[in-house]
Amino acid sequence: MDNCTNPLQITGRNTIAVIREMGRMGCFLVTSLFFLLSPPLLLKRIIKQMHFIGVKTILVIVLTGSFTGMVLSLQSYHVLILFGAEAKLGSILALSLIREIGPVITALMIVGRAGSALTAEIGIMRMSEQVDALDAMGLNPYKYLINPNLIAGILVFPVLTAFFIVAGIWGGYLVAVKLTGLSSGLFYGAMAESILMLDLKLGLYKSVSFGLLVTWICCYKGFYAGVGGNFGAEGVSRATTDAVVLCSVLVLVLDYYITSVMLF
Amino acid sequence: MIQIIDLHKKFGENHVLRGVSLTVNRGESFALIGASGKGKSVLLKHLIGLMKPDKGQVLVDGEDIGQMRGRKLKALKDRFGIVFQFGALFDSLTVYENVAFPLQEKTKHSAAEIDKIVRRELANVDLEEAADNYPAQISGGMRKRVAVARCMVMNPEVILFDEPTTGLDPVISNSIYHMIQNLRNTDNLTSFIISHDIPGIFKVVDRVAMLHEGKIVASGTAEEIQNSDNPVVRKFLMGEIE
Ligand SMILES: Nc1ncnc2c1ncn2[C@@H]1O[C@H](COP(=O)(O)OP(=O)(O)OP(=O)(O)O)[C@@H](O)[C@H]1O
Ligand SMILES: [Mg+2]
Repeated sequence: MDNCTNPLQITGRNTIAVIREMGRMGCFLVTSLFFLLSPPLLLKRIIKQMHFIGVKTILVIVLTGSFTGMVLSLQSYHVLILFGAEAKLGSILALSLIREIGPVITALMIVGRAGSALTAEIGIMRMSEQVDALDAMGLNPYKYLINPNLIAGILVFPVLTAFFIVAGIWGGYLVAVKLTGLSSGLFYGAMAESILMLDLKLGLYKSVSFGLLVTWICCYKGFYAGVGGNFGAEGVSRATTDAVVLCSVLVLVLDYYITSVMLF
Repeated sequence: MIQIIDLHKKFGENHVLRGVSLTVNRGESFALIGASGKGKSVLLKHLIGLMKPDKGQVLVDGEDIGQMRGRKLKALKDRFGIVFQFGALFDSLTVYENVAFPLQEKTKHSAAEIDKIVRRELANVDLEEAADNYPAQISGGMRKRVAVARCMVMNPEVILFDEPTTGLDPVISNSIYHMIQNLRNTDNLTSFIISHDIPGIFKVVDRVAMLHEGKIVASGTAEEIQNSDNPVVRKFLMGEIE
């Protein structure tokens, strides 16, 4: 099986491997969600994971948010002024932050900051048999390790996204009003006029889905670290890299998908 | 009480267990010996359902644990205690919290009761001072003892020990052996011990089996094994190179 050289065989083998991986990921999610329904809820662990994902990332989010808003504002201003449409700056800024940039960049930042740590932590627990130890005590690892993260992700992502958006608008305001001299009434007026409930919903749906997606993949990769023969530190680092790459790609794919479904 | 029937386990091309059959009776201390890397730990994990056999069965009180699901499997796990080879302590918790963890999660004891039990078990393995350290801050032998304490707090009926005394000094080893013997006499504890402590382990257990090339090549009372004329056993006990 390992020494096939025929390109067709290689393609076939890789396809099977990908399908198998997808199947395992699906089963993993279904199992976790199944145990979500059974008590106890383990509120303490959920709060701990919310702290883990959220509090550690908040500074990064505020920083990246404000700089994103600033650069967005600067770029848009220079384009809009060509058409004499700089009054629309606030609206463009807020819409793009709420609909796209906020949820996506927040998700990517959390992947880098907390997602990788999550995979590494669960991966190490897997390697050092701590997951087995939980299981042997009759405590369900899905319930104790995975579910608190999924719930925390779903709750924390929207909040961090909101922080990002607020920081972005604030950064944009600094550049537009303080730097380029747009009137602040114009800036906020255009913003308030153009934001619809749909936009907020879109942003919310996105951040909630990203929350589930990211925690799912990061937990999965950690939980199955070492499967396929990479044990020890190498297995964990491999799992972490895989998780970050896969999350980043899938966040953007899912982003396109949600946008196309919701807007059209 | 535990019956292993023709157990096979493969990891890819690595055929680790190739038809292991053995029986452990209720209330006895049973030792499994064998060369390193031959599948002793793998066998142990099958006894509590952490690994699934490719072929064969593990029966506990006549019931196949491969067929058990949900609550039944949980009830089985509650009767078993396991000490992993490398301790498998939760490294986000202190020594104290590690030992208290199963009590907090699985029993309805009050905090004061839990504290009493935890302190007692920590004292049993001579670790009261290390209570507030994290697993990364203590030595390998200490970790092992914490793992023993964590296993004992739940008063299991059956204990699965993966090398409980490897890396411990003779005094502590003896105290762990004493603990096992005492519990066997008072609580009818059944223990399944993997050990490299030869000949020390022979003084402690009732029966011994040797795993070689994925099979049990010899089993019997400690004396029978020590006086065995099976060449494989003799060579192993004498430490001869094949
Ligand atoms: N999860 C696993 N995946 C793949 N192979 C494994 C796994 N666990 C164990 N093995 C393999 O099974 C074989 C037996 O390992 P095991 O840990 O049972 O040895 P052991 O008899 O306990 O040795 P030691 O006395 O050194 O602890 C080894 O070759 C090991 O590579
Ligand atoms: Mg072992």
